[in-house]
Amino acid sequence: MEILMSITVGVLFMVATYLMLSRSIFRIVMGLVIISHGAHLLILTMGGLQNGMPPLLGQEAANYTDPLPQALILTAIVISFGLTAFVLVLAYRTYDAHKTDDLDQLRGTSDE
Amino acid sequence: MNSLVILPVLLPFLIGAVLILLAKKHQAQRVITSLTVLSMLAASVILAVDVYQNGIATMEMGDWPAPFGIVFVADMFATMMVILSSIVGVVCLFFAFSTISTEREKFYFYPFYLFLLAGVNGAFLTGDLFNMFVFFEVMLLASYVLIVMGGTKYQLRESFKYVVINVFASMLFLIGVAYIYGALGTLNMADMAVRIEETGQTGILNVIAILLLIVFASKGALFPLYFWLPKSYYGPPSAIAALFGGLLTKVGIYAIIRLFTLVFNHDIGFTHNIILALAGFTMFFGVLGAVSQFDFKRILSYHIISQVGYMVMGLGIFTPLALAGAIYYIAHHIIVKSALFLFSGATESITGTTDLKKMGGILKTHPLLAWMFFITAVSLAGIPPLSGFFSKFPLILSGMQEGRYIITAVALLVGLLTLFSMLKIFIYAFWGEQKHTDEQAAKKIGPILLPIVPMVLLTIILGFAAEPIFSYSYGIAEELLEPSIYINSVLGE
Amino acid sequence: MKTNNLLLQSVTQVVTFLIFAFSIYLFFAGHNNPGGGFIGGLMTASALLLLYLAFDIQSIKKALAFNYVNIIAIGLIISLATGMVSMFLGGPFLNQYDQYVHVPLFGEVHLTTAVPFDLGIYLVVVAIALVIILAIGEDA
Repeated sequence: MEILMSITVGVLFMVATYLMLSRSIFRIVMGLVIISHGAHLLILTMGGLQNGMPPLLGQEAANYTDPLPQALILTAIVISFGLTAFVLVLAYRTYDAHKTDDLDQLRGTSDE
Repeated sequence: MNSLVILPVLLPFLIGAVLILLAKKHQAQRVITSLTVLSMLAASVILAVDVYQNGIATMEMGDWPAPFGIVFVADMFATMMVILSSIVGVVCLFFAFSTISTEREKFYFYPFYLFLLAGVNGAFLTGDLFNMFVFFEVMLLASYVLIVMGGTKYQLRESFKYVVINVFASMLFLIGVAYIYGALGTLNMADMAVRIEETGQTGILNVIAILLLIVFASKGALFPLYFWLPKSYYGPPSAIAALFGGLLTKVGIYAIIRLFTLVFNHDIGFTHNIILALAGFTMFFGVLGAVSQFDFKRILSYHIISQVGYMVMGLGIFTPLALAGAIYYIAHHIIVKSALFLFSGATESITGTTDLKKMGGILKTHPLLAWMFFITAVSLAGIPPLSGFFSKFPLILSGMQEGRYIITAVALLVGLLTLFSMLKIFIYAFWGEQKHTDEQAAKKIGPILLPIVPMVLLTIILGFAAEPIFSYSYGIAEELLEPSIYINSVLGE
Repeated sequence: MKTNNLLLQSVTQVVTFLIFAFSIYLFFAGHNNPGGGFIGGLMTASALLLLYLAFDIQSIKKALAFNYVNIIAIGLIISLATGMVSMFLGGPFLNQYDQYVHVPLFGEVHLTTAVPFDLGIYLVVVAIALVIILAIGEDA
């Protein structure tokens, strides 16, 4: 299962890198979204995937899962939710102000 | 157990939330914000004195014991950084009062200003790597809003790049956190240090260390990841640029120093030599950028890069003297760099431009501004008896002692070029023909200059009182190089 | 362009309340089961969003005249203040307290300080989600 997850994470990173290397603003934002999903999945995988009960008092199970990666992911998801929203608004405003989503044309002039 | 530890984080956060409710009343916002930053400064000084006298103070959130819960740790290094961030917070705020537009004030300028300070202080005080990520994000989100506030075409264009690069680096941070959790099973920094000693797997740990170095290098503007800095710091008004130039990159440098003294000290021959090489390139290319520019703010932005190199050079040499020099340099740099950015704002308010070729003769019309700038500028370049000299001297001395001649030569050359580009600003902007109109020349800039006066005094004090301050930073360096003090006070053994 | 969304509008009128009720259930379930302020908040935000989608933004704004930015602030203050209560009682930040109280009709009730903390999170999440979506949505 870990191997499958690792491959999935790898594919996500690959797609994200490809998107971020393109020139269109929107594709870059999508790349950021996908790389954040990849990072979250990686945290879950690195914590080790076990079967077991939630680690609550009184469950009396043979083995428990590790709650920390899930707590970390929840926090990271909240943060990347906020970031994504902000970046989307910013990308839209940038597009609106410059009337282009091609980063080559957003390079800026040399005298600046 | 000490609740004072979290006060520099909680106070701005809570008041920032309250200020959102008061967004329409900007006079009330000003009063509350200034009271908040002043009490934050007071709290951080009290905390630092307490830590200096009684040793490291910790606070376990929600009473969860150290390796399991989130722990806040105030050691001497962290408290010094908190004091510096509070000083910059106070000064830039009072500068903002007289320069920032009311439009920005209504658009939640003060809440985000306080959130930024809360994030910076949190990143300094936390003892947990993931928590550090969270505080980095608090700080960066606030910085995104502050940097884009105003929404000119230039700001939107450059902020987009700034945001994308920082979000990408944050994702790498998250990936690094995941790898550390997989390799060590803990994210508490003290516990990480203990486990690294136990496992002794240097190969995988070196990979993780370099990954995190890349993360913090891109936040702290180290070679070759500094390209985003000069353009993005050019957009926002000077009060914000001074806050960013003084603080934000230093949070990245703080994280590098913290991690590479406390946690990743297992293979110094590998990691710290890479850091040293990066430091050399950073200094050199940063200063070359500064020399080639003809714009007040851009020269200052490139100097941030070259000076970040000095701090990291102290870490790379890795002796108590070098590290003490690096810490002294951080203190000196935060104060002087913020002051210089504020001076660029003051001259801009007179001449209406930051282009050096369109300036001149300010010395005649505003002598006080000119001489205060001169003191700060030569302090940056490292002329005795100002603070710049006493921060570069131990770095170069320890470089000689350790036989690192190349980096020492680079550091000396960079110091010379810094002096050159600072004098270039002085000659072009302050000497020569008066290029601004008489109307502009009559402009009174007393209220703008007043907040900068304490910074100029501080650089003089840091220079003349070098002995006690240097022994303080030497104490910090010794504490950093003896990680067991930190580990024992966190894990309580 | 004015379209007649009779089906969407009549379904929304019923479904919104169902989603809203479920979000409140999720919010209180969060103490011992899957759920909590974040999930509940997102669920409530989706219920409100459905309203904005089915009817036009202007009329919903009249009906729900909240300033969502202020709700973010109130939520933050509630959460932080709950965490700070323990500091005044001599404990560390975010320390939890709980108490079993006997209430007539309900029987034994478990009161914890985690609930007001979660309430703050709930308000922040609802408000932030709506602020962002409305900011993008209104612009076009």
